[in-house]
Amino acid sequence: MVKFNRFTLDNGLRVIVHEDSTTPMAVLNILYDVGARDENPEQTGFAHLFEHLMFGGSLNIPDYDQPLQRVGGENNAFTSNDLTNYYITLPSANIETAFWLESDRMLSLAFSKKSLEVQRNVVIEEFKQRYLNQPYGDVWLKLRPMVYKKHPYQWATIGKEIKHIEDAKIEDVKAFFKKHYNPQNAIMVVGGDVKTAEVKKLAEKWFGPIPAGEKYHRNLPQEPEQHEERRDTVTAKVPLNDVYIAFQMGDRLDESYYVAELISDILSRGNSSRLYRNLVKEKQLFSEVHAYMTGSLDKGMFVFEGKPLENVTTEAAEAAIWEELERLKTEEVPADELTKVKNKTESTMIFSEMSLLDKAMNLAQFELLGDADMLNKETGKYIEVTAAQIKALANKIFRKDNSTTLIYLAEKVA
Amino acid sequence: MTLNRKTAPAFGAIDNINLLHPGHQKLDNGCNVFCFNSGDQELVRIEWVFANQRFNPDKPLLNVAVNTMLTEGTASLTSSQIADKVDFYGAFLQVDYGYDNSQVTLFSLNKHLKHTLPVIKDIITNSIFPEKELETYIRNQQQKLQVSLQKNDFVARRVFNNALYGNTLYGLGADADTFKTLRREDMLAHFKQMYQPSNCTIIIAGKIEPNILELITNTFDKDWANSTVKPDSSQPEIEEAVEHFYFVEKPDALQSAIRMGAPIINRTHPDFPALQVLNTVLGGYFGSRLMANIREDKGYTYGIGSGMSSLKQGGAIFIATEVGADVCKAAITEIEKELNLLKTELIPTEELSLVRNFMLGSLLGSLENVLSHADKFKNLYFAGLDYDYYDRYVDTVKTVTADRLQQLANVYLNFDNFYKVIVGKY
Repeated sequence: MVKFNRFTLDNGLRVIVHEDSTTPMAVLNILYDVGARDENPEQTGFAHLFEHLMFGGSLNIPDYDQPLQRVGGENNAFTSNDLTNYYITLPSANIETAFWLESDRMLSLAFSKKSLEVQRNVVIEEFKQRYLNQPYGDVWLKLRPMVYKKHPYQWATIGKEIKHIEDAKIEDVKAFFKKHYNPQNAIMVVGGDVKTAEVKKLAEKWFGPIPAGEKYHRNLPQEPEQHEERRDTVTAKVPLNDVYIAFQMGDRLDESYYVAELISDILSRGNSSRLYRNLVKEKQLFSEVHAYMTGSLDKGMFVFEGKPLENVTTEAAEAAIWEELERLKTEEVPADELTKVKNKTESTMIFSEMSLLDKAMNLAQFELLGDADMLNKETGKYIEVTAAQIKALANKIFRKDNSTTLIYLAEKVA
Repeated sequence: MTLNRKTAPAFGAIDNINLLHPGHQKLDNGCNVFCFNSGDQELVRIEWVFANQRFNPDKPLLNVAVNTMLTEGTASLTSSQIADKVDFYGAFLQVDYGYDNSQVTLFSLNKHLKHTLPVIKDIITNSIFPEKELETYIRNQQQKLQVSLQKNDFVARRVFNNALYGNTLYGLGADADTFKTLRREDMLAHFKQMYQPSNCTIIIAGKIEPNILELITNTFDKDWANSTVKPDSSQPEIEEAVEHFYFVEKPDALQSAIRMGAPIINRTHPDFPALQVLNTVLGGYFGSRLMANIREDKGYTYGIGSGMSSLKQGGAIFIATEVGADVCKAAITEIEKELNLLKTELIPTEELSLVRNFMLGSLLGSLENVLSHADKFKNLYFAGLDYDYYDRYVDTVKTVTADRLQQLANVYLNFDNFYKVIVGKY
C-alpha cells in the first residue's frame, strides 16, 4: 500500500506527495506526457534528443547538473514511445534545490546552439553504441515498422535513422518544447522525508508562476487490426541465428492487460516457466528464449525472442514456440501454475515498496494512466484473472494472421 | 516579492551518515550468521556467502560452474522442482559468482519462509550436478559466449583483466574449449570442499522476527556438518603481463571500446578513500573531468567513466568508454590530458567542494533500506575491515586537501604505465 496526497496547481500541474520518514532522502520525479509516438514522422528521435537537451541549461540556470551535485543529489531521465521521465534524488533537507532546477527548465530552456551540437553528437554515438554496433542491436528498427503500419509506434525512441538527428535545428527544438513541455502536460511526484504542506508551498512558489501553455491534444492514427501473417529474414554479422515473433495486443488500459502479463509470466518468468523448462531444458532447442510485452499506452506488442542452438533450424525453433502457444489455446492453465504466477506478482509489488524511486515512478505512471491510486489496486487485478480468461486471450492474440516474424540469420564468415 | 530564479536556494551539508550494525551469532558447525533487522515490509533477504576455492589452471571453471549449477538438481529435487517450489511461494532464488566469493541468495516473504528455506538447505547440502544439466550448461554458455565476444566492451574487459591478472580467477577469460574441461566428478568434489559451514557466512536482512531467525538458525545448524576435506581459499600469486598495449581489430566497428588502467591498492590500504575522491573527480560522476571533456565538450561518446575495484588480492583503477571509431586516437589523447592535469594542477576549491557533497549525498542515497545496510557490511567484512572504515571514508571525503589529491595523482595516475586495450578501430 503506497499512501499519497494529491493536488493540482492552477496552471494544470498535477502534484502527488508520498511521505516516507524512514529515509533521509527525497525524490522529485517529473513525468512529461510526451514520447516518441508524438513525433513528426520526418523528425523522429526528437523526444529522446530533447531529453538530452533538457540538461543543457535553462533560462536562469546555465548548468543543471552542478548545482544538484553540490547539494548531494543525483539525477537521471529516460524516454519511451509514450513518455519522458526525469527524476532527482537528494538529501531531503535540500529539496528546494530540486524545485528550483525543475521549475526553471519547465519554464524555459536556454536553447544554446553549442548544446544542440554536442548532444546531437552524443545521441548519434548512443545510436551507434546501442543499436548499430551491437549484435541484433537494430532489431527494433526493423521489427517495429513491420508490426505497426499506421501508428507512430512504427519507429523506435532512438529514431528511424541517424539523419533525422543530424538534421535537427534549434527552431525545431524550440517548437517541440513549446508544444509539450508545459505544466498541463506534466505530473510531479515528490516522495520521501517530506511533508505535504511543505511540498505544496514549494510547488506554488516555484511552479505556480509558470504559464499553463497550450494543451496538447493527441490525435494519432490508430493501428488497424492485423489480418495477415508478416515475415522477414535478414542476414547479419551476428554469431547466432535469432528468432523474433511479435503479436499485436491490447493497450495498457485494456482489461486484457493483466491477463496478458500473467501469460508472459507463465511462459517466461523464472526457471519454472514454460519456455525455459520445455524449450531450453527439456527439448534443448534454444540456448535462451524469452517472452515479454511492451505495455505501451496504445496498442501493444507481445514479443517472443529466442536463439536456437546451432543444430536446430529456425523453422524448428519457430514451430516449438507455436507448439507452446497452441497448448495455451487448448488447455487451461492448472490451478497451481496460476497460483504461482499470482504469488510472484504479489511478492514483487511488496519488494518494490522498498525503493523510494520505484514508488515515485510508479505513482507518476499510474497518474498518467488516470489515477495514481491504481498502483494500490494492481495486485487485486492480477489475483482476479482466471484460467478461462487466459485461454480466451491466447486464442485471440496468438494467431498466425496476427503475427510478425523476423529471423536473423548469422552470416557465415569463412 | 518577485521570485529570484537566478540564485540557488540555501542548502545544508550532510552531517551524519548512520550505518546499521548487525547482530552476530556463530553456529555450532562454525557458520557465522549476521542479522540486520529493520523495516516494515514482512520479508527477508538471506545470503549464503562462500569463499571461492583455490584456482586450478587445469580445471579453471569450477568455482563459477558449481555456483551457477546449484539450481540444477539435488538428490531429492530436480531442477524444475527446485524452480517450482521457489516460484510457487513468490520467492526469488539467485546464485551469484564473484571474483572472491560466490553466493546463494533467497528473497522471501516471511509468511512463506518455512516452505522456501528447506529448498535452499537442500541445494547447499545435496546438489548433484546431473550430467544432462551439465551438458546443457556447457552448450548454452558456449552459445552466449559467441554473442558476448561480438560486443566490444566485453572483449575489452576480458583482455584488460587477463593482462592485469594473468591466469587466475580474476584474469581468466573462458573460451568455448575451456568449458570442455568441466567434469561432474570434479564439480562434486569442489562442491563438497567449498559449500560447507566453516566456509559459510549467512547474512540476513529484513524484518527478522524471532521465529524467523529461529527457523533459519535451526535449519542451518542441524544436519549440516563440515566435510573431511578442509576448504582452501588460498590463491596463486598474480603475474601481470609484460605487454601493456593491446589492439583487437574489428574492421566494421562504428565504435571502439577503450579500457585502460593499472593494478593499484585495495580498500585495506590507507590511501583508498582519498583515491576514491580523486577517482570521482576524474571520472566518477556525470560532471567529471572525463565526461565534461570527452562527452559534453567533444561529443566523442555516449559515456565515459573511471572506477576502482577492490578485491582480496589487490585492486585496480580503470577508465572505460566506447567512442566513435574515427575519434579513438583523439579520445585517448584527451584521456591522457585529463590524467596529466590532475598531476600538475590543484583541483579548484569549488569543484572539490561539489565533489565532496556529491559523494556524501551519494553515500546517503545508497542507504535506501535495510538491504543496503547489509551490503555496506559485506564490503567491510570480506575485506577484513571494521566500521571505522566508513568513519574514515566520510572524514576523508570531507577534509582531504587538493594538495594531497595532487600527490596521489602523481603516485597512481601514470598514463605511460597503464595497460591499454582498444577493441574496434585505432
